[in-house]
Amino acid sequence: MNASLLGKQNDLDRMEGSRINTGQILLTISTVILIITVALPMIMIIYNVFFYQWSFDWKLFASMLTDPDNLAAMWNTIKISFYVTFLGTIVGLFFAWLIGRSDIPLKGLMKTLFAVPYMFPPFIAAMAWGLLLAPRSGYINKMFMAITGGNHPLFNINSLAGIVFVELCYYFPFVFIQVSSALERMDPTLEESARIAGANQMTVIRKITMPLVVPAIAAGAMLILISSLSHFGVPAILGFSNNIFTLPTKIYELIYRSAGSFEGIRQGASLSVLLVVVVVVALVIQQRILRAGRYDIIRGKSMRPMLIKLRGLKVPLLIVSILFLAFVVVLPLFIIFAVGCLKAYGLPLKLENMTLNNFKYVLFHSKMARDSIKNSFFLSISSAVITMFAGTMIAYVIVKLQPKGKGILEVLGILPYSIPGIVLAVGVILTWSGALGVNLYNTVWIILIAYVARYMAFSLKSASASLEQVHNSLEEASRTCGASHFESLVDVTLPLIRPGMVAGFFLIFLPSMRELTTSLLLYGPFTRTMGVAIYSIHEEGNTVQACALAGVAILIIIAGELLLRYITRERKGT
Amino acid sequence: MFVYRGLALGPFPDTLNRDSWTLQGRSFVMAEVRLNNVTVQYNGKTAIEDFSLHVEDGECFTLLGPSPCGKTTVLRAIAGLVKPQNGEVIIGDTVVTGKEQRIFVPPEKRNIGVVFQDYAVWPHMTVEENVSYPLKKRRLPKDTIKTQADNALRQVRMAEYAKRLPYQLSGGQQQRVALARSLVASRDLILLDEPLCNLDANLREEMRFEIKQLQEETGITIIYVTHDQDIALVISDRIAVMDDSGRIRQIGRPEDLYTNPVDSYVYRFLGLSNFIPVEKSNGKLYVKNDNESISFPYHPPEGLETKVIYAAFRPADVKLSEDGELKGRVTRVIFLGNIYEYRVQLGPYEIRVQRDSFTARQEGIFREGDICALNIRNLRYYDDVEGVSS
Repeated sequence: MNASLLGKQNDLDRMEGSRINTGQILLTISTVILIITVALPMIMIIYNVFFYQWSFDWKLFASMLTDPDNLAAMWNTIKISFYVTFLGTIVGLFFAWLIGRSDIPLKGLMKTLFAVPYMFPPFIAAMAWGLLLAPRSGYINKMFMAITGGNHPLFNINSLAGIVFVELCYYFPFVFIQVSSALERMDPTLEESARIAGANQMTVIRKITMPLVVPAIAAGAMLILISSLSHFGVPAILGFSNNIFTLPTKIYELIYRSAGSFEGIRQGASLSVLLVVVVVVALVIQQRILRAGRYDIIRGKSMRPMLIKLRGLKVPLLIVSILFLAFVVVLPLFIIFAVGCLKAYGLPLKLENMTLNNFKYVLFHSKMARDSIKNSFFLSISSAVITMFAGTMIAYVIVKLQPKGKGILEVLGILPYSIPGIVLAVGVILTWSGALGVNLYNTVWIILIAYVARYMAFSLKSASASLEQVHNSLEEASRTCGASHFESLVDVTLPLIRPGMVAGFFLIFLPSMRELTTSLLLYGPFTRTMGVAIYSIHEEGNTVQACALAGVAILIIIAGELLLRYITRERKGT
Repeated sequence: MFVYRGLALGPFPDTLNRDSWTLQGRSFVMAEVRLNNVTVQYNGKTAIEDFSLHVEDGECFTLLGPSPCGKTTVLRAIAGLVKPQNGEVIIGDTVVTGKEQRIFVPPEKRNIGVVFQDYAVWPHMTVEENVSYPLKKRRLPKDTIKTQADNALRQVRMAEYAKRLPYQLSGGQQQRVALARSLVASRDLILLDEPLCNLDANLREEMRFEIKQLQEETGITIIYVTHDQDIALVISDRIAVMDDSGRIRQIGRPEDLYTNPVDSYVYRFLGLSNFIPVEKSNGKLYVKNDNESISFPYHPPEGLETKVIYAAFRPADVKLSEDGELKGRVTRVIFLGNIYEYRVQLGPYEIRVQRDSFTARQEGIFREGDICALNIRNLRYYDDVEGVSS
């Protein structure tokens, strides 16, 4: 309705006189928020990489690009994310088909297990796999060596293959979830008519089902690709000890090693530019490959699709699936809590070695651990509240007011979604440690700004989705009933999108509770977050305490996730 | 006594008296609506251009046209939901939009009731809250709000659903709530944007009588937008027929439009029609035909100079009989219960004929393959035939 209201400034717009209208206020605030949180850090990175004391300087970037270590890190990043994307897509696709289209039993249990990796912070999973498969000390390797009598470990997790494996366990649900929801929405008569037309089962899968879910596969694979290219936690935990670096861990290492000197940050910024270039190129290539056809016939209510009878394969497939899920989901979860209960790391996992003292220690005695829990709660709640309201406002401007130049708002809002967390952290350091007259370094506020920028896209997406459900005429009706624009917002629009906003809150709260990447670059002596605390305790070698704190973090996240599910289920009826 | 289709519904509610509303000081004294040279563009695309219209006070006026033809845009311009690029909108004696005067009264200050196509009943408020909302925004005392909302609900026969939430209502009931809300919002002018097109046929028929009834009882000015000629004919005092470019072709009372359409577009838009091209030759008419010459035994019209003209007539205005000058062959007979519909081949043209069953039986039923004579009444001639997109 407000296309002309906010669009071209014509005489009619000025007729309303000096009274500033609500739409313009919202537009201005939204633009300012996005420029400060998103655009500034990006500009600062580019400026600091290519300019030094106000003059153009490409030498730093060139020298960083030619350093063989950095090139090796880039190559590792590309290799890891290629394998993770490729294998993750296959695994996700297989399970999506098994659960969506076959008559395999225990579907409910399997679906629940698939949701677990979402709650499980990947760097904690990496810690768990380190405990299980580290070459000498890993429990599985020790068991294997005891059985075989040799001294060759079964598998070395501190390797490229190990990193690929752990990321794979964490990321395959992206494809699984995209594809299974596409399969659920797909009209089963499409497949049935192919059968009636004389195609056999395999032909239907190949010629009908697969092409129709290609867009869902592409979307899921893209999520895996972006996430694994910018992923920090797993290679940081598993790679450092063997000098395996990826671009994100190399950026961290450069800045960390230089103890936060400006030169180190500039080097990190240069690699950040390189990382963003790699992400963009990978996305372009991936879209070229998966461009094949965009179909829009996946529609309709969920109907009961024809299930394929697995017959003799049923039991073996069920056993394989359950074992796989137990192995990638339950085992790491178990080992974190089990080791968290050990009196000392290295003792066998027996009941007489168990104690709750580690949990007591991290919850009540260690000031650092306690502070980190407090900080994480403060940061998660405040960033979730700020981002939820700001994201809703920006989404309102984009979806409902549709001003000229809304494209810029959209791009700025979605940008952090594809910008690696570590890059964002570098940008935030460059922007908020005095360069522009404001120094927030070592305070909790710099982390807050980074979180807000990082999670704005989540909030924007969920708020846009709920605003699109609110038909324009609802607000127009209240205008004609005598309510001003602002009153219509408060009386009609906000109450209608409240459930979406609550869900949006948790969508930000949960990932920021387990955030590691940006906090690790931004934390100060008193502003450790839970992720940072777990990471540093683990690096110090206090494995049992790290596991105990990790266990606490997982419990908090699971509680939040259950709360979110409870709330969103409540609202479904109305 | 307020009588609705034989049902006495008790004394007519006080609040329906328009004079009591003008005392609120927000009403326009007369709800006459004028649009002068209004132009509206959306993102550079012109929806209506240089559009002028005059709706009289207390009138039920229908904008009838194919979708999309800018008729909804006209409504939105009156309600203030779009800002016209040019022109002025006057309600009563108040200029609410005026490019030259630099006036734009926002929708909330125009005191107009609007019923939207999708009803726009707020899903998070009960029926009662929906209907009281316009009164709350006027800061009226609580008991006044209650009585007026109750009255409006009783008027649309929704009083017993006051505490329900919209998702518990059927489409027709939601539509009544929207109507009640608009009645409460304004006693002068209500704009309805195709509110009946989502309802099933029975409900649609019922509701169009109710809207007409309400309008007659209360004297509200109604501007109704639709593409459905049946509704337009039933409820309107006057109809404006619009074409797909957003221009008004003809304004008039329903009977006038039906019997005296200014052009073939209006003729085709209202009711069923047959168009036969005929040629003038030596002061006589012949059905345009390449093979044999078929005489069209009616007087040539005055004034139309083109060689080929179109004879237009309604299917119900054709009488079939055994003997007559204009012969055709019955190709199909369709029995529709109350109507017999024939398709008659006349040269290369197929003509649609409808006789009501009673008359058809009196005249004798024709069978497929029969040769029959056509007697046409109420013939009109046009020099071209324009397509109708709907």
